[in-house]
Amino acid sequence: MKMIVGSPKEIASGEKRVAMTPDSAAHLQKLGYECLIESGAGEAAGFSDALYEAAGVTVASTAADLWKRADIIIKVRGIEPSEHANLRKGQSVISMLWPAQNPDLLETFKSAGANAIAMDMVPRISRAQKMDVLSSMANIAGYRAVIESGNHFGRFFTGQITAAGKVPPAKVLVIGAGVAGLAAIGTATSLGAVVRAFDVRPEVAEQISSMGADFLMLEFDEDSSGEGGYAKPASPEFIEKEMALFRAQAPEIDIVITTALIPGRPAPKLWPAEMVGLMKPGSVVVDLAAEQGGNCDLTVPNEVNTSENGVTIVGYTDFPSRMAAQSSTLYATNIRHMLDDLTPEKDGQIAINMEDDVIRGATAVHAGEITFPPPAPKVQAIGKAPTAPKPVEPTAEEKAAAELAATRKAGRRQLGLLTIGALFMLLIGSYAPTSFMQHFIVFVLSCFVGFQVIWNVSHALHTPLMAITNAISGIIILGALLQIGSSNQIVMILASISVLIATINIVGGFMVTRRMLAMFQKS
Amino acid sequence: MMSSNIVTAVYIAASVLFILSLGGLSNQESAKRAVWFGIVGMALAVAATIFGPEVKSYDWLVPMIVIGSIIGFIVARRVEMTGMPQLVAALHTFVGLAAVFIGINSAISPPAGLSGAEIIIHEVEVFVGVFIGAVTTTGSIIAYGKLSGVLGGKPLTLPGRNILNLIAVLICVVLGAMYLNDPNISTLYVMTAIALIFGAHLVMAIGGADMPVVVSMLNSYSGWAAAATGFLLGNDLLIVTGALVGSSGAILSYIMCRAMNRNFLSVILGGWGTVTASAQDVEGEMIATDVASVAADLQDADDIIIVPGYGMAVAQAQSAVSEITRRLRAQGKSVRFAIHPVAGRLPGHMNVLLAEAKVPYDIVLEMDEINDDFPNADIVIILGANDIVNPAAQDDPGSPIAGMPVLEVWKARQVIISKRGQGRGYSGIENPLFFKDNSRMLYGDAKATLDQLLSSLPN
Repeated sequence: MKMIVGSPKEIASGEKRVAMTPDSAAHLQKLGYECLIESGAGEAAGFSDALYEAAGVTVASTAADLWKRADIIIKVRGIEPSEHANLRKGQSVISMLWPAQNPDLLETFKSAGANAIAMDMVPRISRAQKMDVLSSMANIAGYRAVIESGNHFGRFFTGQITAAGKVPPAKVLVIGAGVAGLAAIGTATSLGAVVRAFDVRPEVAEQISSMGADFLMLEFDEDSSGEGGYAKPASPEFIEKEMALFRAQAPEIDIVITTALIPGRPAPKLWPAEMVGLMKPGSVVVDLAAEQGGNCDLTVPNEVNTSENGVTIVGYTDFPSRMAAQSSTLYATNIRHMLDDLTPEKDGQIAINMEDDVIRGATAVHAGEITFPPPAPKVQAIGKAPTAPKPVEPTAEEKAAAELAATRKAGRRQLGLLTIGALFMLLIGSYAPTSFMQHFIVFVLSCFVGFQVIWNVSHALHTPLMAITNAISGIIILGALLQIGSSNQIVMILASISVLIATINIVGGFMVTRRMLAMFQKS
Repeated sequence: MMSSNIVTAVYIAASVLFILSLGGLSNQESAKRAVWFGIVGMALAVAATIFGPEVKSYDWLVPMIVIGSIIGFIVARRVEMTGMPQLVAALHTFVGLAAVFIGINSAISPPAGLSGAEIIIHEVEVFVGVFIGAVTTTGSIIAYGKLSGVLGGKPLTLPGRNILNLIAVLICVVLGAMYLNDPNISTLYVMTAIALIFGAHLVMAIGGADMPVVVSMLNSYSGWAAAATGFLLGNDLLIVTGALVGSSGAILSYIMCRAMNRNFLSVILGGWGTVTASAQDVEGEMIATDVASVAADLQDADDIIIVPGYGMAVAQAQSAVSEITRRLRAQGKSVRFAIHPVAGRLPGHMNVLLAEAKVPYDIVLEMDEINDDFPNADIVIILGANDIVNPAAQDDPGSPIAGMPVLEVWKARQVIISKRGQGRGYSGIENPLFFKDNSRMLYGDAKATLDQLLSSLPN
């Protein structure tokens, strides 16, 4: 019996996203599931019922019908009180449930006997990135934050020199280089702004510069990386330094995008009213932490307001929902990956394997038991740079001395080799006859010539080199030619064979070299 | 008939031409001329010898040369470029065998007019020449077998194989001493037999991916065999040419060994060196991708680097690669190839395969030229290569390939790895590259997947 995956219409006000798209439905069907969607669920995100039907999804006319039929409910927002009654035994809900903030909800699941899988609790480890909804939504939020700021900012992002005068580029400061921060940096740079970024975790400096922003370095010896790739609260001395840095930046900056969050705590106040006061009129602050109280003192959640000195402060909390088509696509893909992991046999049967770190982390209620909070994941999200002790920089004299010693050593070695070689030659010379010595000179000189010549051969031509040396080593035919006229039968036969095979070598070797070299063409 | 002085003059000309011929290989354009220097040099040398004072009978000579030329011509015409390693190995066999025959001939009918030390020297020359020739012969036959797939690529590791080799060499030395005391032809035959077995066993113990070193080494041996024959016959041209070829092979072996960060002896003695520390565990998961998304990624990328390995040669995927390259370049993207020195089974093997498929050589770069460009690349495509792109060589001091220079592909924005399955590379170690966040695995036969990819790219 195939299980049915159903996606109801989101009932939270203003929520435009949907947890299943026609694309993701096609993948879910490959996993063996049947797909069900509430009529009109995808409308706000631009997916009509007809598109779903074309992808093989059954459309349920009412929410009640869908809740009754579906074994697995996939949603964007956690379930609302009006939906609680729909939960039934054995049903699984996959959604953003925020179990830490909603202990009552978990009780509801427990008493109904339903399973709760919280997408927001997926551990932030490499393996689970494909189902990390926080990252995929943060990515959208970062992008949208820049677009919103542009909407309220009266100038270009990019600097231009036009006939009507020179336009300076907008200066953007991004605080917090998590996924949202990095996305904002990328978007702002590609619009042509000059972007600076700040983060308390020194290891993200590389990521910031890779996105094209300047990392504002804080000279302070404190590592604020916490578990799971988030920052941890900073000490008062650190905050003091940080504020001094921001104070220096604020008068120059046109747009500030703040994304600083610490899990389980109110957002840190990184951009107090004082900073807003230092900014030029017409500047914009976009506060992505508005839902958790905001990084800016003046933020009003869900609203845009203007400060006394004319700075616009954007406090929207629904950036992903403002780009419902994009965010639904990514969210649905995250869900699809989660179900992929939950369906190891691809037989349309959900299997909640509590041994699997990722599934364990996300599952908040399972088989009538509350399993939240999960044990902490042991893998760090971003590898810390190993703190290698700095090698002691040698002084100039030491360097010179070391070089001198190395030269001397090489000199001594060469001298040693030459001496051994000379002795060896003397040894041969004292026994060998003149004729041998003459040939020996030729041999040694040829070896030297060979080494000099071969070192210059291009790496790309090593195969032709082997083929041509192969052909040339067919010169051994000369020996056979000199012997072929012998009166001794055996000698004559062996010499003949030698002539034959050496000829194959010569002709074959040269021909194939020519063939190869002719193929090398310049573009 | 030419006088012997004229013959010598021609030999000098031939030596110069050979040196010019090898020197010309320093770049692709001069190389096309260089091969003619070699051909003319060889023609001069052979003609001078045939018409020189020492050759009296042409009864057997002419037909042998004619038949040999025809066979050589046909072989060179027919050989596939993927079959080059086998051909090179087979040709080495011939040189080795000829050296053995010529040495034995010289022992049967030694040149007249030798006296005292000259006789001893001649005997040593015969002995050494035959020994090197015999090792080259069977070594090359085994190499041919391994490269053509007739013999398995796995190294044959007999217990105490190093002792066996040592004993074989010692016996040959003892036989050599006996031969010098009493130049009996049967002693020479026994030594030849032992050297033949020794050569075979030596190469049997070496695995498939170490073949670039082995083929270079045999190339070197075939040169030394020719040089030894030159001493034997007192022929300077043979000595010069043999020395050139010998040093060429020696340098190639050295370059190959350096590219694998192994010393020559450990390659020749077979198998991988002793693995002391265990390799680090790999964290993460291999993420599979499909042709459609790779095609889409390629459309978005501007800077693409392709890293071919032996797997591309096995799958015969080079022409599909070339066509993909052509189309991407036509869209104004930068496409380049990164070649590791030991990619393939022959030094420079990948270059020849790509050249055959009409990939322009100026976008085919060697490791040192391109390694610094990976951080700027949008996509790196790895075709059937494994150990040469393994980051463990740099990160993990306990890895068996620690210290081997590798292509730093993981620094690129995205890495796509075309691979037949989840297996490991030649060294048998796990490749952490496959588990990196920016890596995507494209499973399947390289040719089949690339053909699909080709059909999803705009013409």
